[in-house]
Amino acid sequence: MKIAVCVKHVPEGPAHLDPSTKRLDRSGEGALNHFDANAVEEALRLKGESDIEVVAVSLGPQKALDSLRKALAMGADRALLVSDDAAAGSDLVATSRLLAAALEREGADLVLFGQQASDADGAVLWAAVAERLGRPVVSQAMELAVDGGSVRVKRQTEFGYDTLEAPLPAVVAVSDAINEPRYPSLKGIMGAKKKPQDVLSLAGLGVDAGDVGEAGSRTTVLALGEPPARGDARKIEDDGNAAQAIVDFLAEKRLV
Amino acid sequence: MPTLVFLEHHGGELQKGSLGVLAKAASLGDAAAVIAGPGASALAGEAGRYGAAKVWACEDEQVAQAVPQPRVDVLAQVVADGGYDTVLFANSVLAADVAAGLAARLDAGLNWDLTGIEFQDGELVGKRPALQDSVYADVGWTGTPRLALFRAGSFDATPTGGGDPETTGISPAYRPYSTAVKLVGQDAEAASGPSIEDADVIVAGGRGLGAPESFTLAEELAKALGGAVGATRAVVDAGWYPYSAQIGQTGKTVSPKLYVALGVSGAIQHKVGMQSSGTIVAINKDPNAPIFEFSDLGVVGDVHEIAPKLTELVRQRKR
Repeated sequence: MKIAVCVKHVPEGPAHLDPSTKRLDRSGEGALNHFDANAVEEALRLKGESDIEVVAVSLGPQKALDSLRKALAMGADRALLVSDDAAAGSDLVATSRLLAAALEREGADLVLFGQQASDADGAVLWAAVAERLGRPVVSQAMELAVDGGSVRVKRQTEFGYDTLEAPLPAVVAVSDAINEPRYPSLKGIMGAKKKPQDVLSLAGLGVDAGDVGEAGSRTTVLALGEPPARGDARKIEDDGNAAQAIVDFLAEKRLV
Repeated sequence: MPTLVFLEHHGGELQKGSLGVLAKAASLGDAAAVIAGPGASALAGEAGRYGAAKVWACEDEQVAQAVPQPRVDVLAQVVADGGYDTVLFANSVLAADVAAGLAARLDAGLNWDLTGIEFQDGELVGKRPALQDSVYADVGWTGTPRLALFRAGSFDATPTGGGDPETTGISPAYRPYSTAVKLVGQDAEAASGPSIEDADVIVAGGRGLGAPESFTLAEELAKALGGAVGATRAVVDAGWYPYSAQIGQTGKTVSPKLYVALGVSGAIQHKVGMQSSGTIVAINKDPNAPIFEFSDLGVVGDVHEIAPKLTELVRQRKR
């Protein structure tokens, strides 16, 4: 059995947008999106001592290898990076196309995602990738078990907890409530260097440059602006009458 | 701009968030709605009151459970049959997966986390707060159909005065993988009051409450105000309150008319989930708590003293 874990290399520290490209500035230091560490951890938990192969897959600049190495140091067996300048600026439609192509090549039984990207707050990629792969998808998994040819997932929604079953191959996005990711050991970090790390270009993957990047995208950023300012804010110290002051404030705003 | 709005329903009621998006769509032009699930047709009249001139109702067994993929089949069919060039969704666990699946199916642009939409020079433009809402981007689409997911509470669900809509049944061909996920168990949370995403008032508790028992302060105040109870990630992680009440980057995004924060510090991860609330009132004993930077009324004081008094005063007013 093979598990592919999709991971993203995100800017470290406060992120900002490049005013000329209107894209996220990715020139600085980066790190493994911490939500994806939950997905790596879950793959390693499922692997245990078995011969399940865990491959970490990422799209991004060469620097994204740093995040893939972190996944390897945690215990993944292999890494695959799809890196090509023509893919920069890909939106959901373009990114899902490219990632699905990479995953088709891997042919994993189970594809895992973390619950969101901490940079762009995206929390939808798995559903688009599953559609392109023609596989069942379950998101927000807080418990995950593989049993023979199917996966059983307990998930949390706005209305309670659902337990769902899907036949493999399947795509699952895990919630960060599912586990506590391990820290790579020194041995893991040293061992990561020797594990296979493949880098593929668009050509290597057989994807046309016109289908990714801005050319393959269907959304665009038109302008960047300041957030709207809040109105008059008040701050008071409790002198014993704060509760009354709050009620008066709410009454003035017609909220009680 | 014939626009289609995905209406989500639960327990026989259309969700307020999606009705808000429908009312917004109706204000921009012709709006239709799609409702999927047994009982869908019975909800069409309600959709009409929020601006749907036409409702597509799918009563199929395949859409009985709250899973996204069969809904992608329904929407793809409706977009084709009705010739819609714009499809709008109110964000939810379900709607996000439906929207992204549809985007891939139709190779259509999806802008998410929008808080507004308008015409600029005849083109549709979405408003997208980014990077912890420090930047507001104007986003667009380079082709049709255009898909958009709106942040919870972006629009008020105000009836538009519309009448009964034209209702058409729809039963698409379902792809094998779309119907492969089966619901095998359900454990509904004992809900007290409205769900937090639909509540007009939310009282949220944080670490400053001091102990899990003190959540009764939040519950009592919420009950008095007719609202729901929310929680910060810290207290959910500590096991004081269920995850389903968690508000923030890794929980729900809410924007009630009134948000009362009890002992909530206002860490960035919490802020992004509630800062679009109408009015924010915060009680915290730490005068330097970040929550005061984005509160309309900040009270520096002991939440254990103030909250019970506040609850009593609110009750007295309502008598």
